[in-house]
Amino acid sequence: MSSLPGKAAFFGGVYSNSPALEAAIRDARHRGAETLFCLGDLGGFGPHPERVPSLLLKHGVTVVQGNYEDSVGHDRDDCQCGYTDPRDNRFAQIAYDYTRANTPAAFKEWYRALPPALRIEMGGRRILLCHGSPRRQNEFLWKSTSPVPFLEKLLRDHGADVILCTHTGLHWSRTLPSGGQVINVGALGRPANDGATHVWYTLLTAARTGPADGSEPLGVEFVPVVYDHERLARDMREEGLPEEFVETILTGWWTTCLEVLPARERESGRF
Amino acid sequence: MNGPTVPDGNVTAYPHAPMLALDTLWLYVAGTICNLRCTHCFISCAPDNHSHGMMTLEDVRRHLDDARALGVREYYLTGGEPFMNRELLSILEATLRQGPANVLTNGLLLETGTCRALRAIADASEYSLDVRVSLDGWSPEDHDRIRGPGTFRRAVQGIQALSAHRFLPVVTVTEAAAGVGGDEGRARFLELLRSLGLARPRVKVLPLWRIGAEAARARGYETWERLSSDSVTREGLEALQCSTARAVTSRGVYVCPILVEEPGARLGAALHEALRSFPLTQGACHTCYVTGVTCRT
Repeated sequence: MSSLPGKAAFFGGVYSNSPALEAAIRDARHRGAETLFCLGDLGGFGPHPERVPSLLLKHGVTVVQGNYEDSVGHDRDDCQCGYTDPRDNRFAQIAYDYTRANTPAAFKEWYRALPPALRIEMGGRRILLCHGSPRRQNEFLWKSTSPVPFLEKLLRDHGADVILCTHTGLHWSRTLPSGGQVINVGALGRPANDGATHVWYTLLTAARTGPADGSEPLGVEFVPVVYDHERLARDMREEGLPEEFVETILTGWWTTCLEVLPARERESGRF
Repeated sequence: MNGPTVPDGNVTAYPHAPMLALDTLWLYVAGTICNLRCTHCFISCAPDNHSHGMMTLEDVRRHLDDARALGVREYYLTGGEPFMNRELLSILEATLRQGPANVLTNGLLLETGTCRALRAIADASEYSLDVRVSLDGWSPEDHDRIRGPGTFRRAVQGIQALSAHRFLPVVTVTEAAAGVGGDEGRARFLELLRSLGLARPRVKVLPLWRIGAEAARARGYETWERLSSDSVTREGLEALQCSTARAVTSRGVYVCPILVEEPGARLGAALHEALRSFPLTQGACHTCYVTGVTCRT
């Protein structure tokens, strides 16, 4: 397990949104993040799936494997996103088929070799990095359906003080009565279904004062990333991706993959 | 404790569902007591079926305490008709303090005042509240044939009342109504709900379990409708809801929400006694495995 210095940045699903990733890397460096991580789902939704892995490698971002990398890497038939609704699955398949067909073989090989989980340490806290949940790569950890007793059990079962995940596309954080923390770092790939076009990543900061024995919670900051979303929308249209996807990028409201949302998160969206 | 009822008496020939983690807890808050007598009900719920009684708030609190220690992720309140339980709103409040909840109802008792109270309870919780309303067909004729005269209109009023209080009810449909399954049936249902004023309709389709009243309405299980150890995969068994769920009623803890009338499916009085693998001896187990269904929302 490697111990990290004071500040690190964590990117959730990128979904081929390379302009947002570029902006987030720049922003995180500017804010003093010494180390950068990405928790998987590099492709899907957006255009030109070779751009995101190129950027991640170029900037030395440590990557955890998401279900997309498992699927694309192994040339599986679907993305294993875990949707249950026929319409959601139809759109997910369009994104997946495009991504799979346009990902170079060298990246597929890299995807297969990515670790499904990583353990790091900051401020004496044991942090487990995963894509969906520590127990399943495509498990959705939504805020409104991840209650405290369940999260305490996940931390106990997996020997961690902090769990970081993504997969849902919505960022949230819970500090538990035990002092443990569970943080969904959000997604760079598409907006957070709130009517705003920016996307989000997460900065963690280890406490500078006091003993570094893991007793101090990590500082959690969700950072909005404004990027050239109109350029992304143009690229998506040029690649023939569905207009429903483009609409999400331009409006900030999710138009697809909605049926998997819990009531609370669904009620706060438009569709 | 009774063993599972096994057609050929040999439990070892059947595959066992593992108990991976108790993620989902079903609470039969209304037992088998219902204001309807649906002809397809897999546990023959009815106004005079008291084989499982109402659960009290205290009963529920005891199970919630156990569930907290076990790290349960989500709760389902069902019956019977949950809104017949006079303590339902207090039970729901207590449940939502601990985790997300789903209430399964026939929609007949969803008056405006009740929906307003539900909204207040949902807004006071940091967790999600989903309400599922059953509808069995596109027309009053189809629906009422199964659920009783006048019930379509009242269920629709209930759905609309929920919608008026900012809920996005999940309309649950069984395959008892012809043509419900498949994308076309689903699309038709979504269209019906839009025509009733629901801007964002949600639909869940369930298969029929051929037990209880349904066995008399259509048919029971044939002897070949059983699972055998060589016909299942580990992934398939782990995906069964009984690998991650249990159901509690006034009479104890059962392996799943479907088999509460099956004596052999009672696993104990308390949750911690019920966390063991289960032999899949029943026709209903065959339905779950073959259709890949989950009763979860």
